[in-house]
Amino acid sequence: MTSGSNGNGDGTGFFTSVADAAERLAATGYLASTAVATTVFLADRLGKPLLVEGPAGVGKTELAKALAEIGRARLVRLQCYEGIDEARALYEWNHAKQLLRITAGRDQGWEEARTDIFGEEFLLTRPLLTAIRGEEPTVLLIDEMDKADVEVEALLLEVLSDFQVTVPELGTITATRRPLVLLTSNATRELSEALRRRCLFLHLDYPDAELERRIVRLKVPGLDDTLAESVVRIVGALRAMELRKAPSVAETIDWARTLLALGADTLDDTVVRDTLGVILKHQDDVRKAAQKLTLG
Amino acid sequence: MTAPAPADTAARLTGLVRALRGHGLRIGPAETVDAAAVLDVLGFADREQMRAGLAAALLRSDGQRAVFDATFDLFFPLGVGTPEAVRAEPPPVPDDPEPPRFGRPDPLRDALRERLAAALAADDRAAQARLAGEVVEAFGRYGAGSTPGSDGWSAQQALGRLSPETLLARILAALRERHGTADPSDRDLSDRVLADEIRRRIRDFRALVSGEARRRVAELRGPERIAERAVAPTADRIDFLYAGRDQLAELRRTVHPLARKLATRLAARRRRAARGQIDLRRTLRRSLTTGGVPLRPAYRLRRPARPELVLLCDVSGSVAGFADFTMLLVQAMREQFSKVRVFAFVNRTAEVTDLLRHGDDPARLAARILAEAKVMGYHGNSDYGSALGDFAEHHLDAVGPRTCVLVLGDARNNHRDPNPDALRRIAARARRVFWLNPEQPALWPTGDSAALTYAGVVEMHPCRNAHRLGELITRLLPV
Repeated sequence: MTSGSNGNGDGTGFFTSVADAAERLAATGYLASTAVATTVFLADRLGKPLLVEGPAGVGKTELAKALAEIGRARLVRLQCYEGIDEARALYEWNHAKQLLRITAGRDQGWEEARTDIFGEEFLLTRPLLTAIRGEEPTVLLIDEMDKADVEVEALLLEVLSDFQVTVPELGTITATRRPLVLLTSNATRELSEALRRRCLFLHLDYPDAELERRIVRLKVPGLDDTLAESVVRIVGALRAMELRKAPSVAETIDWARTLLALGADTLDDTVVRDTLGVILKHQDDVRKAAQKLTLG
Repeated sequence: MTAPAPADTAARLTGLVRALRGHGLRIGPAETVDAAAVLDVLGFADREQMRAGLAAALLRSDGQRAVFDATFDLFFPLGVGTPEAVRAEPPPVPDDPEPPRFGRPDPLRDALRERLAAALAADDRAAQARLAGEVVEAFGRYGAGSTPGSDGWSAQQALGRLSPETLLARILAALRERHGTADPSDRDLSDRVLADEIRRRIRDFRALVSGEARRRVAELRGPERIAERAVAPTADRIDFLYAGRDQLAELRRTVHPLARKLATRLAARRRRAARGQIDLRRTLRRSLTTGGVPLRPAYRLRRPARPELVLLCDVSGSVAGFADFTMLLVQAMREQFSKVRVFAFVNRTAEVTDLLRHGDDPARLAARILAEAKVMGYHGNSDYGSALGDFAEHHLDAVGPRTCVLVLGDARNNHRDPNPDALRRIAARARRVFWLNPEQPALWPTGDSAALTYAGVVEMHPCRNAHRLGELITRLLPV
């Protein structure tokens, strides 16, 4: 548990206030809602990891990149996948080098060799340990946590609650400077309670129409304003349908770019029918949307 | 909002946490302390920041958000009594609290509708929130001046008088006027979804009015009681039997995420089940390489084949929501089973597996089953006895020694013959048979329910909401 009153001991100190967070995120090209700005500010100030959950393509990974850019921090990324283990996430001993060392010093006694081969020199640091040991400001992104096996979560607990890693041969390595930690998840499986309660939680949902219009205008500056509004409105309507995969912000931007490239100035039946594949990724969804929008 | 006394804040925060726990959210003292730290850092200047901050500290999944928002509004209300904006420039108070009789002019209502139409057309959230306050103030009061405890504020009454739905055509016309698309030939495609969007805005406004009325009632009765009764439950705790159309739609949206979660839980169980006993012969053989010391024991690996699943669902009106949801869920989880077959019945049984697989719109599934499958005989009332008999007679080949059968229904048999022998025949052939009943056990012995008869034949489990259904599926199904 952390006390947030003073804010200088535990926090990473990227931001001074919520407004500051929103402003500086916007300056890097990441338009944040109040909820996002507030939660990011709190994660920074309270020094707690931030668990970001939400559908694919709403900008979870982008958020981490924007934060790293703001804090002029190093972004250390751990991409999770099924079967990721301690050796890939935390650290590993460089066995080949250890063997070489042993062969090189054949005449040495066992005691000397033992203390030697388990030294810093033979330690291969993996993302988690790298983030902990860094002297400079660091943003640690643990991406797609839900893809990793449950066992990996247990491994993360020590890192996330105390910002330390225990290497049996070396002892406990504690962070000199706390990294700002972001975990992302697409919620394909439930993360364990133990992991969740060590984090602040942010559900990143599709933005509201106003914010999405601003995002489209920022990312696709050439697009006509009324057309941008129509695009956002249709995407909103598609999200309200019961589709297998609702279009997210990434798809909206792709669609806007496509329309710009095609030089379309209004959304008529033909244009939408031809480009629906950009926003909808399942044939069922395309058929259903075409039917609901009464495309000829 | 000004900063209240610390003791008051602590009491409010713990009150909020208790109310959320009452709705099934698991919040420990550590989270409560975090929430306090959040308030400490953020201060009380911006309510939306407080909301986002507390949500970050207290919530653990997206489904809890609606409950949290409503409860937060009760414990950290926007203000006390009449909203400040309304107090600053009070609208004309109606002389007569009773609504004018039909056909009489109602200037206050007309003025409010006018402003609401403008605010909805402009999508101006601040104006809408202010209007919600005014509407409740003007039309929502009931039982004023009577004994304390029988007066209050009603969103139903206020919305009934205002009837915002009838503004749709007017807002559409105004918006088209503004975009210069009054002529249909000028419109682009987004115009087709404009009406839906306005409907969404009106629905959001209704929610604003409900929230405002809840806030006013909470002042009279205390937030604890209102949080317990008036805040809608999270989607996975909506009672199947009493779910409305909107709630069922909300439930359907959770089908795929839930299916994914259940699939991983089943997969985990399967992994554990595959770990078998020690294989003595292979362990000894292996120990020869280590000089006869059994260093690495070998296990007898079991490779269980995935089970087959047969779903037997009552699709009659009373339990259609339950059957519907379960069918979609099982269909979404079909990769977890080697074979899934779904049968529906009201008083006759028909296979609907294909209907389910090729269906495009889950909302119309129930209607399509009733229209296209022969699930009814000469009448439209449930008859479990003849439906089970029908299944045992014609479809028993679907059930084999590797099959798990789930029967879904409330066993309300309209006083006909329950025919437990048919169920016994099914149970004798199947690997396991479970009956999931959306009614709570206290109701099983009542009225025309044959639940106890069937419970004597197969295992029957109460299953009132999606949360429970998920639990049962992961626990009961053989892997």
